[in-house]
Amino acid sequence: MAAKKTKRRVQVKGFLLLFVAVIVALAALLRGKDVALFNAKGVIAQKESHLMIFTVVVLLVIAVPTLMLLYFFAWKYRESNPKARRATETQHGKFLAFSVWAIPGIVLLVLASSMIPATHELDPHKAIAASGKPPLTIQVIAMRWKWLFIYPQQDIATVNYVQVPVGTPVQFELTADDAPMNSFWIPHWGGQLYAMTGMVNQLNLMATTAGDYSGGAAEINGEGFAGMKFTARASLDQDFDQWVLGIRQSSDVLDSAQYNKLLTPSQNNPAAVYSGVQSDLYNTVVMKYGSHDHMGH
Amino acid sequence: MADTMTTEMTHEEAANNRAMFGFWVYLMTDLLMFGVLFAVFAVLHNNTAGGSSGRELFKLKLALIETFLLLTSSFACGLAMIAARQGNKNQVLAWFTVTFVLGVAFLSLELTEFGQLIHDGNTPSSSAFLSSFFTLVGAHGLHITLGLLWMVIVMAYVLARGLSSSMVRKLTMLSLYWHFLDIVWIFIFTIVYLRAFI
Amino acid sequence: MKELLIGKLNWQALPHEWFTLGGAAALLGLGLFLIILITRLKRWKWLWKEWLTTVDPKKIGIMYFIVAGFMLLRGGLDAIMIWLQQALSSGASHGYLSSDHFQQIFTAHGNIMVFFVAMGFVFGLINFIVPLQIGARDLASPFLNTLGFWLYVGGVLMVNMFFLLGGKYAATGWLAVAPLSSTQFSPGVGVDYMIWALQISGVGTTLGAINFIMTILKMRAPGMKLKHIPLFTWGSLCSMIMAVTVFPLLTATLFLLFLDRYAGMHFFTTTGGGNAMMYTNLIWMWGHPEVYVLILPSFGVFSEVVSVFSRKRISSYTSAVLGMIGVSTLALSVWLHHFFTMGAGADVNAFFGLMTMIIAVPTTVLVLTWIATLYKGRIRFTTPMLWFLGFVGTFAVGGMTGVILAQPPADFQLHNSLFLVAHFHTMVIGGVLWGIFAGLTYWFPKIAGFRLNERIGRYAFWCWLIGFWMAFGPLYILGLMGATRRLDHYTNSSWQPFFIVALLGGLVIMAGVVLQIVQIIASFMQRRQLADTTGDPWDGRTLEWSTPSPAPFYNFATIPKVATRDAFWEAKQLGLPERKYEDIHMPRNTASGIYIAALAFLAGFGFVWHITWLIVAAMLGIVVCVIARTFNEDTEYVLPAQEVEKLEHERAQKALARHQDIHTDTFEEMGLREFVRVAIKWVLDVIRNKRWRTL
Repeated sequence: MAAKKTKRRVQVKGFLLLFVAVIVALAALLRGKDVALFNAKGVIAQKESHLMIFTVVVLLVIAVPTLMLLYFFAWKYRESNPKARRATETQHGKFLAFSVWAIPGIVLLVLASSMIPATHELDPHKAIAASGKPPLTIQVIAMRWKWLFIYPQQDIATVNYVQVPVGTPVQFELTADDAPMNSFWIPHWGGQLYAMTGMVNQLNLMATTAGDYSGGAAEINGEGFAGMKFTARASLDQDFDQWVLGIRQSSDVLDSAQYNKLLTPSQNNPAAVYSGVQSDLYNTVVMKYGSHDHMGH
Repeated sequence: MADTMTTEMTHEEAANNRAMFGFWVYLMTDLLMFGVLFAVFAVLHNNTAGGSSGRELFKLKLALIETFLLLTSSFACGLAMIAARQGNKNQVLAWFTVTFVLGVAFLSLELTEFGQLIHDGNTPSSSAFLSSFFTLVGAHGLHITLGLLWMVIVMAYVLARGLSSSMVRKLTMLSLYWHFLDIVWIFIFTIVYLRAFI
Repeated sequence: MKELLIGKLNWQALPHEWFTLGGAAALLGLGLFLIILITRLKRWKWLWKEWLTTVDPKKIGIMYFIVAGFMLLRGGLDAIMIWLQQALSSGASHGYLSSDHFQQIFTAHGNIMVFFVAMGFVFGLINFIVPLQIGARDLASPFLNTLGFWLYVGGVLMVNMFFLLGGKYAATGWLAVAPLSSTQFSPGVGVDYMIWALQISGVGTTLGAINFIMTILKMRAPGMKLKHIPLFTWGSLCSMIMAVTVFPLLTATLFLLFLDRYAGMHFFTTTGGGNAMMYTNLIWMWGHPEVYVLILPSFGVFSEVVSVFSRKRISSYTSAVLGMIGVSTLALSVWLHHFFTMGAGADVNAFFGLMTMIIAVPTTVLVLTWIATLYKGRIRFTTPMLWFLGFVGTFAVGGMTGVILAQPPADFQLHNSLFLVAHFHTMVIGGVLWGIFAGLTYWFPKIAGFRLNERIGRYAFWCWLIGFWMAFGPLYILGLMGATRRLDHYTNSSWQPFFIVALLGGLVIMAGVVLQIVQIIASFMQRRQLADTTGDPWDGRTLEWSTPSPAPFYNFATIPKVATRDAFWEAKQLGLPERKYEDIHMPRNTASGIYIAALAFLAGFGFVWHITWLIVAAMLGIVVCVIARTFNEDTEYVLPAQEVEKLEHERAQKALARHQDIHTDTFEEMGLREFVRVAIKWVLDVIRNKRWRTL
């Protein structure tokens, strides 16, 4: 009997070791990998990651001791422990009843006091105040299954590729055409927002470091979902201007014929650029679905 | 309270008591479904997609007559229930017949209204407003139809089996259901019809 | 003419892809096997009279377990297929599934796991245990109960129907988000199958929930006040009250979606003035509370398990009950946190974020109450207790990630990512499913009359725990790396190792499932030694343990009188009262439920394929059945007191004989090795002696 018991203990230890091994292996796999959400390259993403870390720390302060207590009690008061002092018939008093409510209540207060201001500060509709630079507006149309970017100030347009200058606030004006709900997301720069037909949803982001990042659709939208991706490049001001000038040379123009071609559902579309955009195209697309309550205005 | 009651009640009384309670809960679920339809109507009532609005389509007079018919039928239903508690079978049948006739009149007016709208090209698929209008009012009409069917069958059974305690319970449920539809209609009348003219 | 007869159904719609053909073959094969088996054993009449038309909540509970168990395997297979595709489909490789097929699989996986596995098990447990815990002989309306069960089965059939009769399943995600689910973007019948599967089973849920509310509030044993109700029953009551509150919303919402698709209306369409955001709101007003509908009974199970296996009353009953009530009330006011990213203003988002965080308070209260219950207890590490210990750690992680997601700014980054997927699987597997497993193990003696094998149960637990973290740990990380959910292909090759680990984790979980099946078989083989002859194998505290195992069809020969919490524990301290037998009213079996559900299924099928005559005929049939049932006055019979006494006496004799038959000192529970040895021996024996011929 005794021999059997030790054998079982060994089994449990073996399983526990395996459990730890899983965690260690996952940590090892993470070495050198780009964890986008904590490798922020935009002001919004940075603040969002700080909020996450703060929350985790506060939660761990309560969760770790609680869980340790749980497993310690479970071990200490096991039936086979002759040394444990038990009191199975006692009632717990008012103090316990009070503290089980008070402890999570306090944590809630701490977290809420950071969450509410953060929600207002990081509201995607809120324009980013940057040092004297005027914001860049990019109109985004989600289609099946590609992203169309129109730069009204530069009079150029791109498909599945977007470039912005570093340190300039960018206003993405999101809508959709002949497409289900889409979610526009560039993890390195900041959180996502939905693009819906007949509505303009405004997402404000600002890149802080030059480089190529990936963006895409986050909400399921049909067969071409996984391929609805784009490269988001942040470059220095002069590179951005150069890029715009380069596109202006292109002979492709985004007129209504070209636009209707884009509207035909297609998957895994390569990037494309257009040197001119038919005037008022974006507003026509938004108004096409009749007017009902617009969000973000 | 409930505990002491169940111990004192006979097996059948307890069963009737439970069934009535369950029926109340069911009515609450039905009310929630209507709640969704009302909310949807509230959201969509301006989305006419270029088509006609409620003000242009509805005839307030017709809706008023419908309201009057349904309220009167509810009153008749109430009288039928008083008769039922007194065990007066013939009066029960008479008042339920009145209720039934008024209910049919209500329903036929509603169907006439629907028919006219559809005939004029204002169908449920014309606009979001009309979708939500037809669905909300139609769902009420469907409930009325089921209520009428229920009424006919209950009356047939009353005729055949008389007024046992379980039959009175069934009649009580039916009358609750009928009053419930009345209340829902009052909301429809106010929110759908009256408001279109304010 | 053809259109009139079979609507849009045609030869092209019949299964022709490998997965539908495979599914069809498997389902037909299984069906054929069962038909032959039952015919050979001459068990049709028995099956019909004893099981299919039964109104005994215990038997209905067992049928729920069986169907939900099969659906767990079906949904699990889907999960493995999803993981396999994602482990393969990186960079140049596109895996083995088309994107459309992949999307159908995860949609079906979600629908099946929520509606037909979790709901099925929850309803099964409530059916079996609640009447026993409150000292009732049956339910308030036994008929509504069978109807609810058979409607659930109708939903199960509908969700698998595309295998047999063609078409595809929905590829929209488990909630059929609009406008993706409109005919404009999803023209096939897939979404219709989904609507009717959910609609039929959803109506069953509403009816079942009404029934249990009536039962718990009106049929408790004399003296059992609300403050005496066992915690599992409290959890069930909260869960059922929430179900009647939100399932009507689901029914109405799906009905509107159906009208959009069937009658060309414009509720959620992009054109005609429809408003898709309204669908998102409505479906989540049901969807969020639904999660709590599922988890509250599990909270109840864990409360019972902790208390019994610590040999201690729950440390703060009032806090636990208030916690459950708090969770269920708050759950109705948090739905918007599922779409902070739709772009409502900061004030709205902050409000719903706050409400969501507040929910963590009553939940934490429950956890702290359980921990305080362990303190100074006498703890036995049985498998239900292991599930509990695994649950708390896992659930804590799920709760913490939930609080992170509740913060709108963080949610903008984490929504629609694999982090979210990992979070809700932590809650639904770690919270709901493990609670169900704990409950099934704990109450198994009451259900089957014998305990489950503890050794193999422990292996199964560890496989589930380790497998779970292998499978979902990587998904948390992938979410933080920016991987969205529902990807059938990705280009970032640094994600692949994590997907591969997740697949391996999925396989470990599968091993756990296999071990659970082995556990049941092994326990059955040793059922004589594992038999529970006392009716109270764990030294239980609540009334269900005062009945023999398995419980007789009338539950209690004498209805117990209750004056305190933990009524049976108190009774054991004071000495059990003498039994006085009385006449018992029992409900008669009825086939109405099965007929109505079958007709509802046919009507739903007619709606899917636009077969008008079938819809009309089935609807008329339902009306006729309902009328016939409502006015059937002969629905009960009386079991005379002498008969009860005789039955009780016989049972006691049998239990005594069985008790003497068990030699506990030499008995050892079968291990895995022993099981394999015995199983091989049995198979060889069958083959050698050609035993299948005698079947």
